[in-house]
Amino acid sequence: MLDLSRYPSLGAALRDSLERFADETCLIEADRERENCRLSYRQFKGLALPLARFLQDSGFSAASRAAIIMTNQSKWLISAYSIFHSGGVLVPLDYKLSAAEQLALLRHSKAEILITEHHLWRAITAAPDFDEFSVKTVIVVDAPAGSDLKGAIRWEEAAGSGAPEFVHRERSDWACIVYSSGTGGRPKGCVLTHDNYLEQCIALTSLFPFWPGVRYLSVLPTNHAIDFMVGFIGPFVCGAAVVHLRTLRPEYVREAFPRYKITYMTLVPTVLKSLEAGLKARFAALSPAKRFILYRLIAINRLLTRRRPNLTLSRRLLKQVHEAFGGELKALFVGGAFMSPDTLQFFYDLGIQVANAYGLTEAGTAVTLNDLNPFRADTVGKPLPGMEVKIVNPDSDRIGQVAVRSRTVMSHYLDDPELTAETIVDGWLLTGDLGRFDSTGHLQLFGRIKNMIVTEEGKNVYPEDIENAFEGIRVKEFCVFAANYIWPERTMLGEKLIIVLRLEESHAIDDSLREEIENRNRRLLSFKRVTGYVVWDEDFPRTASMKVKRHTLAEKIRSRHDRQSALAEI
Amino acid sequence: MHNIEHTVDEILDLAASHFKVSREGLSPNDDFFKTLKIDSLQALELLTRLENHFHVELPDYEMQGVTDFRTLAERIQARL
Repeated sequence: MLDLSRYPSLGAALRDSLERFADETCLIEADRERENCRLSYRQFKGLALPLARFLQDSGFSAASRAAIIMTNQSKWLISAYSIFHSGGVLVPLDYKLSAAEQLALLRHSKAEILITEHHLWRAITAAPDFDEFSVKTVIVVDAPAGSDLKGAIRWEEAAGSGAPEFVHRERSDWACIVYSSGTGGRPKGCVLTHDNYLEQCIALTSLFPFWPGVRYLSVLPTNHAIDFMVGFIGPFVCGAAVVHLRTLRPEYVREAFPRYKITYMTLVPTVLKSLEAGLKARFAALSPAKRFILYRLIAINRLLTRRRPNLTLSRRLLKQVHEAFGGELKALFVGGAFMSPDTLQFFYDLGIQVANAYGLTEAGTAVTLNDLNPFRADTVGKPLPGMEVKIVNPDSDRIGQVAVRSRTVMSHYLDDPELTAETIVDGWLLTGDLGRFDSTGHLQLFGRIKNMIVTEEGKNVYPEDIENAFEGIRVKEFCVFAANYIWPERTMLGEKLIIVLRLEESHAIDDSLREEIENRNRRLLSFKRVTGYVVWDEDFPRTASMKVKRHTLAEKIRSRHDRQSALAEI
Repeated sequence: MHNIEHTVDEILDLAASHFKVSREGLSPNDDFFKTLKIDSLQALELLTRLENHFHVELPDYEMQGVTDFRTLAERIQARL
């Protein structure tokens, strides 16, 4: 791999990779059973440089901002490299946001360029806020011939002639603006520097190295902080290959392992659980005798790998299981949300190493990672090299807020010095998560003190961001909370959102109001829905500017009601 | 040629058989995540069944924001 300590920027490191590993495969894009494309580093460069030239010809220059909104595909990475080659700041946006949310973040980020897919562009141009759209240049991928692109440029036409200038950036320059939340409320645009990313990459690859010949299976969209690092920067600076699978469907994910001889993959808990369910179903279908033998082998493997993993041994003992994963799999990375220890242990007992991590965008992705020596399913591992992690204000059980100090911690929140000052205090990033270190230095997590949830799909959902969906319901006032914010529970599993309702005088909750809430809920993506409600009989406490004092309201509710008696399901 | 009502009916039949629930308990405007008690990955599994049945290709993103059988039928109908 490249010696990243020598490089001033992501662009410089990636540029050298394209030269050094020119003949290695860097990208394979597959959709179901089809392979859409396969590129070497040389071919990747051949596609990226004309796009970089085009961007520069369009007035894109050092520190200009360019947004990408795309599903999981090869053109995401080609676009990202072109932006870095041109010295730009990348704004990766989630394609699953609504068009209105994407438009709001495009405005907030002040992106000058947008590269997106045709179906997403159609949705953006149809959004009511489109008249406020101010991005200068839009490039549309996968546009059918003859379609009206509303002033955008087709990807195939976004190719300049002649070599583009390579624009140098320094370590302290901005590399990306990544939105950790704030689509409906206060945007949280994390400004991450080239130093943040290069140091994160050095830390991660010191534990799980990549090399030419490694194949990383990418099913998460690359705007996801983990996939950006482990499914783009990490493999590319090591000459490895990324296999993009354009579907998350479990049957195709399972098939991709043997087809592409996958070495690593990152997934979120919901996908890992789906793989677990698939394996368990296959085990259940075995004859009783075969199943008995399998479970004995699993028990032997568990015993022999108690202290540390032994992949060679596990592959011999449980050959068929490992062959189903292609026979080359070294580790699955799971992050983005808390993972049940039972599922982690299930895979570990099969000899399939699952390195679970804990991190947040503000910290430059991963903070701790299970190094598997020994495997500890009940923890999120130890701090990565270069990370200082401490517990602030620990209680009698030694549980307190997790704080992080490291070169990977973001520079600041875009255009929000107040929020930055609340979040980074004396150089320590306050995560809002509760944890404690055990005697061996492994971090255990015990819930949150911030008002948000993380779903099993790795999505952060902030209550303020979904309140718009309930505007106008027939109540005096309402407020959305993470249930655990009102009634803290020492778990990060099964988190849910609830709505607190202050009814009009003499009104009572009835079927028609419940139906109204349910109808509003259906406008939201499934993971953003509220699943319960609390009826509150006082006006909400508010600030002078009439904002709800959420913390005070939560305390009041908690002091008068316990969770079970107050919370009704929707 | 399928009309939309026919397409909805076939989706309800397939969903009932795939997730082993009563066909009578399903109606076109149901929130299928709730009625079928499924997550987003299981919804994608259903999409594969529907692709095979209707002989169309539906990218994963076609399921984005879709929660009821009727809207799903409209997405399929547009590709028939």
